Amino acid sequence: MGTDGRALRRFLRNPSAWLGLLVMAAVLLMAATAGLFYPGDPQGMVAKPYLWPGQDPAFPLGTDNLGRDVTAGVFHGARVSLWIGVVSAAICLTIGTLVGAIGGYFGGWTDDLLTRLTEAVQTMPSFLFLIVLVAIFQPTLATITLGIGLVSWPTVARLVRAEFRRLRGQDFVLAARSLGFPHWRIIFQEILPNALPPLIVTTSVIVASAILTESALAFLGLGDPNVLSWGMMIGNGRAVIRTAWYLSAVPGALIVLTVLAVNLLGEALNDAANPRLGN
Amino acid sequence: MSLRLLPVFVRALVRSLPTVAIIVVFNFFLLNMAPGDAADVLAAESGAATAETMAATRARLGLDLPLLDQFLNYVSGLLRLDLGFSAKFGVPVLEVILDRLPNTLLLMVTALVFALLVGILAGFLMALRAGSLLDRAISVVALFFYSIPSFWGALMLIVIFSVQLGWLPSSGYQTIGFEGSGLELALDMARYLVLPALSLSLFFIAIYARLTRASMLEVYGQDYVRTAVAKGLPPGRIALRHVLRNALVPVTTVAGIHFGILLGGAIVTETVFAWPGLGSLAFQAVFARDFAVLLGILLLSSVLVIAINIATDLLHAWLDPRVEVS
Repeated sequence: MGTDGRALRRFLRNPSAWLGLLVMAAVLLMAATAGLFYPGDPQGMVAKPYLWPGQDPAFPLGTDNLGRDVTAGVFHGARVSLWIGVVSAAICLTIGTLVGAIGGYFGGWTDDLLTRLTEAVQTMPSFLFLIVLVAIFQPTLATITLGIGLVSWPTVARLVRAEFRRLRGQDFVLAARSLGFPHWRIIFQEILPNALPPLIVTTSVIVASAILTESALAFLGLGDPNVLSWGMMIGNGRAVIRTAWYLSAVPGALIVLTVLAVNLLGEALNDAANPRLGN
Repeated sequence: MSLRLLPVFVRALVRSLPTVAIIVVFNFFLLNMAPGDAADVLAAESGAATAETMAATRARLGLDLPLLDQFLNYVSGLLRLDLGFSAKFGVPVLEVILDRLPNTLLLMVTALVFALLVGILAGFLMALRAGSLLDRAISVVALFFYSIPSFWGALMLIVIFSVQLGWLPSSGYQTIGFEGSGLELALDMARYLVLPALSLSLFFIAIYARLTRASMLEVYGQDYVRTAVAKGLPPGRIALRHVLRNALVPVTTVAGIHFGILLGGAIVTETVFAWPGLGSLAFQAVFARDFAVLLGILLLSSVLVIAINIATDLLHAWLDPRVEVS
């Protein structure tokens, strides 16, 4: 596995990778320690409303219009963004990989059918589709997570399908076939590992857009009302944007940082995997 | 349109039929999953209903028929452009949507054109000076734009340009009670359009900048560019005429694909700026639980995406004569 070792070294030499890892680690730490530092309900009123950041050292990021601690909210909000980023992306990757692998491997009418399905889902404007889903099936964290996974898989399916079509005629697959391996084994153990590298880079795009999508839903008031998230905090702060803009700015800056970190990691992975594309 | 494009058009049309079919079936399924039906809507509209009148309404609308018959009714309704009745607005869904569509298209087209101009220019500069400090600086800015949630960008633009500087209005689409016409009215509306269009375009500026850069660098490696250099053509002419022109083909492809994402962005942006388009209509429909309107928007915008895709196919066939019968 010499090439993998080289790719890893290239990845670790890249300052973008380190910056991305550092920010991700910080967000992870916030999510992990939210219950420790702020064990109470982050939506509880704890102090005077409209404390600006830095005004009271007990509330470093200030308090909102109802006297809720912004720092506590931001720590708890990190959990939602990470959860969405990981679980939605996992759902999306699972569906996309299955659809793409089956279509690309078997070809024929199975492929035609799955390609049509993929095109149809891709054609529907996904954010609008998601709003419809949430409106019909109630906005809970579970439906939102599932919904984001359900609208975003076509990109993965197309990519995996293309890789499977490229790989299915190669010698190692023919060898596996002639040895009488069952289809599922050829798909998952022979072809899939070879189709993974481009998928890893796409994963970063999917994680980033899942986090952005959830924040937009929560901002519109279409998120889970019982779970405090960064998007919801921005939505709450919006009404007082003229007087207390920090209430929108702080959680928004955290979304930008988190998504930026994911994108930096994705770029570093891409550069490590395809060194010739760099300068 | 030359005759050569006709088969391309027909093929694209035929190819999109299964997609339309799947979306229609799916839309019908969602409509049935939604709580309440058209009879409830009409009852709420009239303000008085008994169990008997409800049953009569259901019979009249065919809602008591088997599901398959209901589906056939739904499809024949769609063929007559009947998308149902809006409970909130008290008029047919199509009317409400067509009323708002021009505003959304104005916002989207402005944002898209702006994003294409700025993005292509930025990508052009990056490719021209690949590896330089300028290239790196622009790519950092692009990555930043790529990571900003559009609604947050919108709010921060409002804080800067409306609240702090007081230069631009933060909501609406024209000054209330504005007197004047022609150019004055257009200028007034343009002031209201700047911030929504700008916040919607940031993400796409980033995409087009990166895409133009990558695409141009690829074209630079091709033989005909080497030939042009060997001929002694000035570098600026090569960059514009030979490289940029050909590098733009992939950019136009994704511009078609991005229509759906742009629409999603428009929904959020419109609600931030109270811009009276499809997005704020969808938002109102959610809170009024007006599912007919919501699904009508979903269906119509899907059809719009398909139309854009067909248009992109035609554009490519026109740009590149090799795209013909394949």
